[in-house]
Amino acid sequence: MQVADPILQTKNLNVYYADKRVVTDVTLDIVRNRITAIIGPSGCGKSTLLRCFNRMNDLIPTARISGQVLFEGQDLYAPSVDPTEIRYQIGMVFQRPNPFPKSVFDNVAFGPRINGFKGNIDELVEQSLHRAALWDEVKDRLNSSALALSGGQQQRLCIARALAVQPRVILMDEPCSALDPIATLAIEELMRELSEEYSIVIVTHNMQQAARVSHFTAFLMADDTRIGHVVEYGESRQIFTNPQDERTEAYITGRFG
Amino acid sequence: MARDELTGSRAAPPQGNLFRRRSWQQLLPERIIKITLILCTSISILTTVGIVSVLLFEAVQFFGDVSIFKFLTGTKWTPLFTSQQFGVLALVAGTMLTAVGAMVVALPLGLLSAIYLSEYAPDPVRRTLKPVLEVLAGIPTVVYGYFALLFITPLLRGLSEDIAVFNALSASIVMGIMILPMVSSLSEDAMRSVPRSLREAAYALGSTKLEVSTRVVVPAALSGIMAAFILAASRAVGETMIVAIAAGQNPTFTLNPLVPIETMTAYIVQVSQGDTPNGTLEFRTIFAVALLLFAITLLMNLLSQYVVRRFQEEYE
Repeated sequence: MQVADPILQTKNLNVYYADKRVVTDVTLDIVRNRITAIIGPSGCGKSTLLRCFNRMNDLIPTARISGQVLFEGQDLYAPSVDPTEIRYQIGMVFQRPNPFPKSVFDNVAFGPRINGFKGNIDELVEQSLHRAALWDEVKDRLNSSALALSGGQQQRLCIARALAVQPRVILMDEPCSALDPIATLAIEELMRELSEEYSIVIVTHNMQQAARVSHFTAFLMADDTRIGHVVEYGESRQIFTNPQDERTEAYITGRFG
Repeated sequence: MARDELTGSRAAPPQGNLFRRRSWQQLLPERIIKITLILCTSISILTTVGIVSVLLFEAVQFFGDVSIFKFLTGTKWTPLFTSQQFGVLALVAGTMLTAVGAMVVALPLGLLSAIYLSEYAPDPVRRTLKPVLEVLAGIPTVVYGYFALLFITPLLRGLSEDIAVFNALSASIVMGIMILPMVSSLSEDAMRSVPRSLREAAYALGSTKLEVSTRVVVPAALSGIMAAFILAASRAVGETMIVAIAAGQNPTFTLNPLVPIETMTAYIVQVSQGDTPNGTLEFRTIFAVALLLFAITLLMNLLSQYVVRRFQEEYE
């Protein structure tokens, strides 16, 4: 799929853990200010691919890549690039809500503080919580522990925490898989609002979710040698109604995975 | 009748009992094992009870002769001299001085090595280093004592002539080294039990490794780290050989680490090894001192348990 002015690109990306290749030859353009879903069966390398976009794979000592990952046309894996700088611009929300054992306020203020934020931190925290649609629920308990919030609230807090560093991209790694259906709907609604200002890449197991929220969908699959690759990438409407590849069709109609 | 037909269609019910009765020969081994286990457990409990009652019994007799108020507030400790004074604060000061000195050495070093082991060291390095560090805990304390007296003290005296041969400083430094593995090992356990997801959250916000360690991992593991500190402090308060060998036998109410002092433990050693006749007031002093020491360490251990329970974070 050809995209004009993509925000993120991968070119012939391969990811290895030690000597084992886990994702092969991924060439994708991620569209600016849209929601892109990465779907596929377990173990196909969805999360691994997502974690290449903010170099979280660097935390695994044996992980390495070949090929290119570009953000605004710049190579994220160039030797001169500091991964912490990347993560200010490309935020991440994880599978399980993982607030710090600190107050609601300190959770949101964490990123700006380590980032040397000079402006009005109270304002920034309030704004971030507003954007994450959590402000009304927590405005009276900013100083109580984040761990006292419900799972859905914790996940929105994690989104607010990611927004507070003012990233341009938000990566979401199955953000709703630990939440109940109502909390899931709240997060999906939030994603739609956020996509006006942010580019979002979401990994999900849930095909209905991908169909509901995403503009574009990439379908990944592992071949017989357990190496993941992109089978099909395109507009979500087309992927879910008129897939071009029979494996995509088999997956979205629930014949495997 | 239908009932007869039904019962008739079944096999006849077995006669007598369905199960064999267990004979006393079968029950006996179980009983013996149970009683043996109870006995083994009671030995340690009875020993503790015995020690505490002896301490209490002797201490009560001691406090019949010496006012408990003067004991706890006096600063002169001369029970073996003709002008007897029983101000235990002189010994408490010696104990606190060496213990605090040891903590000053062990806290920063222990915490920093725990951070290194838990956050920075690659796996193979950690797997080698941690046991090596723990070997320090296996060195007999008498060896540490002579290490302090014969190696550290001459070094210190090379720096300054004012340092006495027996001094609290040398004993503190070596005691700090002795409790270092305890601090670092327990702190490292606490830090490694902080979930990986919290570290990932911090990294994903653009934290450096140092920021992840100091702003997320250490605060999240704080209850365990504090418990490690308190346990190590309690160990330092109760430590005997090092201070008996290297710190001197001069009960002095002072905060000066360069002069000879005497700790509570060293005093107990001195009297019980000396020729003070059993049953005298002088001899009973060691039970009063021991009771106070026991109370202090017990309090610290309870405090450590309280800290762990009170401040433990539920991560998820």
